[in-house]
Amino acid sequence: MESVKVINLKKIFGEQIAVNSINFEIGEGEIVGFLGPNGAGKSTTMKMLTGFLPPSAGESWVTGFNVEKNPLEVKRNIGYLPEHNPLYLDVYVKEYLLFCAGIFKLDKKEERVKNIIDRVGLTPEYKKKIGQLSKGYRQRVGLAQALIHDPKVLVLDEPTSGLDPNQIVEIRNVIKEFGKDKTVILSTHIMQEVQALCDKVIIINKGVIVANDNVQNLQNTSKTKTIIVVQLSKEIELNIFRAVQGVLQAKRIAANKYELECTSDIREQLFFAVAPTGSAIINMQLEQQSLEEIFKILTNPNLKV
Amino acid sequence: MIAVFLKEIRGFFSSLIAYIVIIVFLIITGLLTWVFKNNTFESGYSNLDILFFWSPTVLIFLISAITMRSFSEEKKSGTLEILITKPLTDFQIVLGKYFAGLVLVFLALLPTLIYFFTVYQLGDPVGNIDTGATWGSYMGLLWLGSIYVSIGLFSSALTDNTIVAFILSFFLCLIMYIAFDLLSGVSWFNGIDYYVQWLGINSHYQSISRGVLDTRDLLYFISTTVLFLWLTKTKLESRKW
Repeated sequence: MESVKVINLKKIFGEQIAVNSINFEIGEGEIVGFLGPNGAGKSTTMKMLTGFLPPSAGESWVTGFNVEKNPLEVKRNIGYLPEHNPLYLDVYVKEYLLFCAGIFKLDKKEERVKNIIDRVGLTPEYKKKIGQLSKGYRQRVGLAQALIHDPKVLVLDEPTSGLDPNQIVEIRNVIKEFGKDKTVILSTHIMQEVQALCDKVIIINKGVIVANDNVQNLQNTSKTKTIIVVQLSKEIELNIFRAVQGVLQAKRIAANKYELECTSDIREQLFFAVAPTGSAIINMQLEQQSLEEIFKILTNPNLKV
Repeated sequence: MIAVFLKEIRGFFSSLIAYIVIIVFLIITGLLTWVFKNNTFESGYSNLDILFFWSPTVLIFLISAITMRSFSEEKKSGTLEILITKPLTDFQIVLGKYFAGLVLVFLALLPTLIYFFTVYQLGDPVGNIDTGATWGSYMGLLWLGSIYVSIGLFSSALTDNTIVAFILSFFLCLIMYIAFDLLSGVSWFNGIDYYVQWLGINSHYQSISRGVLDTRDLLYFISTTVLFLWLTKTKLESRKW
């Protein structure tokens, strides 16, 4: 059974259509990346799923409960980290988490809070006030808040934005660790994040879903050409590359470094073409079209192929 | 609701808010009752009329101050989104905050029982004080505080600026407390002046202060409190419109 289901969900703010009749389903246990440029409607969709904003039209279900008709049941099953991670800065970490546990009427509150503090890596900081924490630790508090009741569905709105590279990796590990037995929807505009964490990607642009597939498929299908980067020990004529069958275009991108647009993976042929010139191949790399490019193509009408 | 209530109470006491409110209230009422001109000694009667005369005004300041952050700050910092996406109804959030405010008012009034005890002892003979009227007045103050708290929450829900919330709450409390009394004196309202007066808190406060528990007064206090709590809830829900 799908754990999140959205049918014709629409949100209009005044004149502006923020989300325009989107449909998607997310299976149990999947980690889905919600990708899109700023203002694409990612946050609005998440706010509707978590019951903060009602949709203008359409319906959504979370773990089988209708968000409009059964908001409390839905909220019990969702852990939500809003964008910018709002927190009470003048409250102690432990006190805040006890408060959250109290809302869910959990039993063995102390134990649970201790457990979650441990699991998200807050142990060295849990005696401090939230306002005294660094951004990375605040993000952990935000995650702990969303995870305290062991929800089935986790909705994370840009969980790593504004963090330094180390913190990003740490937070990703926490998400990965907890995502094992949960359905996770996370929004981001960092492509590597999707590649690192997600099974599926939903790309949304101007309120419309432009792609909804698993990461591997998306990378394969939209690949129109193969790019090979070759690094040599000595400069050679570009024509040597151009003579090889399958090479569409060759260009020199740095000293002794060439980028070749090819119809397929022809690295072997390239090796034999270069060898007679006496220049050694130091490095030869097949560039997969990154999600970044797919994202650019899908969300920018001018680049559309 | 209980979780929200406890969090608010803890918030009052872990910051200086609770202590300041209680101490300021006691200092002001203490000075007015015992030290300044026209104090209880000078009046020559064993009663606490001065305390009960000034308290409603002092409470306007203090209650507006304690409630001004309740929603405006949550809105500004975005924590309201967290609160709303937890399994709580909007009304539970409002009620949690209301009861926390009310408890703080109660705690501020509690030490003034010492005043009562003092006057009780000073009476000639000892205990010569209108106990019924005193309890009635305390009851009246609590109910008045209850309306002020609900007004404060409503004002705070209207804006994400705490200063605006304070001024709004102050103004609305003042209107509810005394403006209808003043209005009823205006010549346009000749004939219906009683009903105009009846809309304000003061007439009911005066009535309950005599020690008479009239259900009409109780009904007024309860319904006015509920009205403002309902308005607060409606304002919170307005995100959905």
